[in-house]
This record gives sequence, C-alpha cells and structure tokens, in this order.
Amino acid sequence: MSLAKRIIPCLDVDNGRVVKGVQFVDIRDAGNPVEVAKRYDEQGADEITFLDITATSDGRGTTIHMVEEVASQVFIPLTVGGGIRKVEDIRTMLNAGADKVAINSAAIYNPEFVKEACDAFGSQCIVLAIDAKKVSGENEPNKWEIFTHGGRKETGIDAVEWAERMEAYGAGELLVTSMDRDGTKSGFDNELMKEITSRVRIPVIASGGVGKLQDLVDGVKEGGAEAVLAASIFHFGEHTVQEAKQAMAEQGIEVRL
Amino acid sequence: MNRKLVAVVDYGMGNLRSVSKAAEHMADEYTKIVVTQDPQVIHDADSVIFPGQGAAKACMQALHDTGMAEPVKLAAQEKPFLGICMGLQVLMSHSDENGGVDCLDIIKGNVTQFDLSAHPELKMPHMGWNQIHQTQDHPLWHSIPQDSRFYYVHSYYVAPEDKSTIFGETTHGQTFPGVLSTHNLFAIQAHPEKSAEHGLQLFKNFLSWNGH
Repeated sequence: MSLAKRIIPCLDVDNGRVVKGVQFVDIRDAGNPVEVAKRYDEQGADEITFLDITATSDGRGTTIHMVEEVASQVFIPLTVGGGIRKVEDIRTMLNAGADKVAINSAAIYNPEFVKEACDAFGSQCIVLAIDAKKVSGENEPNKWEIFTHGGRKETGIDAVEWAERMEAYGAGELLVTSMDRDGTKSGFDNELMKEITSRVRIPVIASGGVGKLQDLVDGVKEGGAEAVLAASIFHFGEHTVQEAKQAMAEQGIEVRL
Repeated sequence: MNRKLVAVVDYGMGNLRSVSKAAEHMADEYTKIVVTQDPQVIHDADSVIFPGQGAAKACMQALHDTGMAEPVKLAAQEKPFLGICMGLQVLMSHSDENGGVDCLDIIKGNVTQFDLSAHPELKMPHMGWNQIHQTQDHPLWHSIPQDSRFYYVHSYYVAPEDKSTIFGETTHGQTFPGVLSTHNLFAIQAHPEKSAEHGLQLFKNFLSWNGH
C-alpha cells in the first residue's frame, strides 16, 4: 500500500479547442476540451493538464470558461499552464476551478514570482515547468539547459541547478519536458529525468517524447518520475489511459486501477 | 419537502469552487449548497463543509480575520460537519507548521511533519493517489470499498491524542491518520472533491448523513 504513480494526459488548448501539433507542424484538432477531459476521467486518468497556447486576450477568456466547464464535470486534479505571469493569473485560474497552475517562462524572467506565488497560494498548487535541451557534446559530461519559446531561445540556465533552485523557492512539483524529445515519439530523456529526480525531493512529472506504452514505464523505472505526461498517444485513440496503467501494473508499478 | 441547506465555509483559503461543485454534483433537488462567509448562514445551515488549503498559520489568520472561527467551532459541535485537508488540520489543538500555530482545538492533538529520513526514495509533499484503510465503520464509508485510493497533497499530518477518533489510515513511509471522526464531525486529509467516484460517493454519503 503506497502512493500510485500518476498518468496525466495533457491537452494543448487554443481558443477553447484541444489541438496537438504533430512534430510542431500540422495542428490537428483533437476535440472539445470538456468532452476530451471527461473521456480521460472515465478512462482513469489521475490528473489532467491543460496547456493554454492561446495568444489573444479573447482566447484567454475562452480558456477560463473552459476550465470552469471542465471543473464542474470532472472531479480529478486539473492543472493549467501557459501564460501564467502574475499572481492575478493564478487567482483567476484557481477561481475558475484549476487545482494547480504551471509556471514556465515567467519564472525565468522573474524567479521571485515563484516565491510570491507559493506564499500566496501554497506550494501544493504551484507546478514549475522546465523545458530543457541537451547542450553537451557526445564525449562531454551530460548538461542540459533551459530553453524558452518552444525550444528556440536559449537562456544559458543549467536545467538541473534550476530544478533545485525552484524547489528551494517553494515549487510543489516539477514538470520536466525534454525539448529534444517532444513530438518525436522516441521516449522520455530518462538521463535528464534521473538527474533531476535524484536531486530534488519534490515530485517530478516526466514529459516529452512518449510514443508507446513502454515509454511511460521507463519514465518511472529509469527516469524516477512520480508521474508521466503524454498527449498524442491518448488523443488519437492509439491507447487508452487504462491500457497505459495496465502496462505499468504488469511491470510492477503501483497505479490506481 | 423542506430544502436542506449545506454551507461551504469561505474564509478566503482554498479551492472552494472544486468543493462546492463536487457537492452540487451529488446533491439532490432538495439540497442547496451555499458558499458563505456569513456566520448566520452557517448557524442556519443543516450541515457544514469546511475546506482549506495552504498553510495552517494563514488559515487560522483568515478564520480570525473573517470572524469565522467561532461559527465553525459551534458548527463542528452540533451539526453534520465535513472537514477537508487543511479543514481537518486546523480542527486540532496545534500545528507545528512554520514555527507553530494554535488551532481551533476541537480535536485534541497536534499536526506534525512527515519524518521520511528513513525513506530517501519517497517524495514530499505526499502528492497523488493513495489508499485509505478504513479502520472503523462509518456511515460516510458507505459504498466506498476498503483501501480505495483518494487524492492527497500535504506535508503535515494529524496526530490525535484519542486514537478512537481515527477512522482511516494511509501509509507514505509511515502510517498516519488520514480520517478522524467524532460524533457529528468527519474530517479527511485527502481531497474527496478531486478523488473521482469514491470522492463523489463520500460527498453523497455526507449529504444524506444526519450526524449520528
């Protein structure tokens, strides 16, 4: 009897619709977020994460309304990320029904924002999102740095040191995405995950690269993740969350079945 | 038939929307769920839900600032009362969190931090779905299977002096009391509002509970 490892379907939302770029190019419409969230809830998802990729303020309003809708019908934890820059943004999302918010670039521009957010709302609802890319060469020791703007802009910040710093600032959880793997379906960067999970005490969600069920298992077993996040393998009916949990359970991982 | 009034205590701490939505989802047409800061509404309510989130000190401060501490204490002694998460912890005498703070003292005992020094592999906060072992029968356990998983997120746990108040236990490195009950009061560390069907069943059970 112990804590179950979590499976978290991730929904990219643009103007109130679930979308998913396949390798960053064609954005396929994956449906109405309320319907998609309900489907994952029924399949036994442990949480749901929405990443709001909307750039307009009208679209933000639509997202808030969507979170309200989902929260009144789906009774598992909801995380909302994308465009969370101010304490007020967090309050708005929590009031709409989100349980946690994911903070990404705002933390890089102003690390104190993470402290401020944790003081105001508690660490339990602050997820720190880290987009990391490997920068070391083939015969060099592993090194990853933080990138922003979907992996295009380097910051020079060491990803592992950043993870430790954000833990010290009060973040309740880390969402670590490998920008090298995101969209490639070649599995998590488990070296990166292991490096971070062995250095922090807070839970780490592995993200970026899931193409098959074994990748989820490896994220837990090799990467040391407490939770695994995936999008496209669930969106287009390749696998259900239930199948993913069974695959994990068959390999000795404790899950909520 | 008379309407039943259920007050969700709003003292500015916690995800009230999640709690009230889950209660509404399970309420019948004769039950009205009201989120309130009004002591009179709590006084008039047939039953009370007391959620909470964040730090104990901030919660206690907010309870005093909003004038809700006394109405909550009264309600906890006289009508069906459901404490959730921090709404369980602040029922205790004292919390060790952030240098310590005196709490409502409705249940004797302390709130203490997990000691996971023997378990370097375990993460903190205790976050995610863990099993609740029902250690005593209770009307609120109706139709919830033994050892069902509920969603937890916390770093401190309650240690009541009177062990007979413990109705559920969970293990994360150490076994801790996750559910306490006395008379008309039932309080749970996990988040039933985020615990899918078993959590919703707990709300359903609470809404039909007369406190005995």
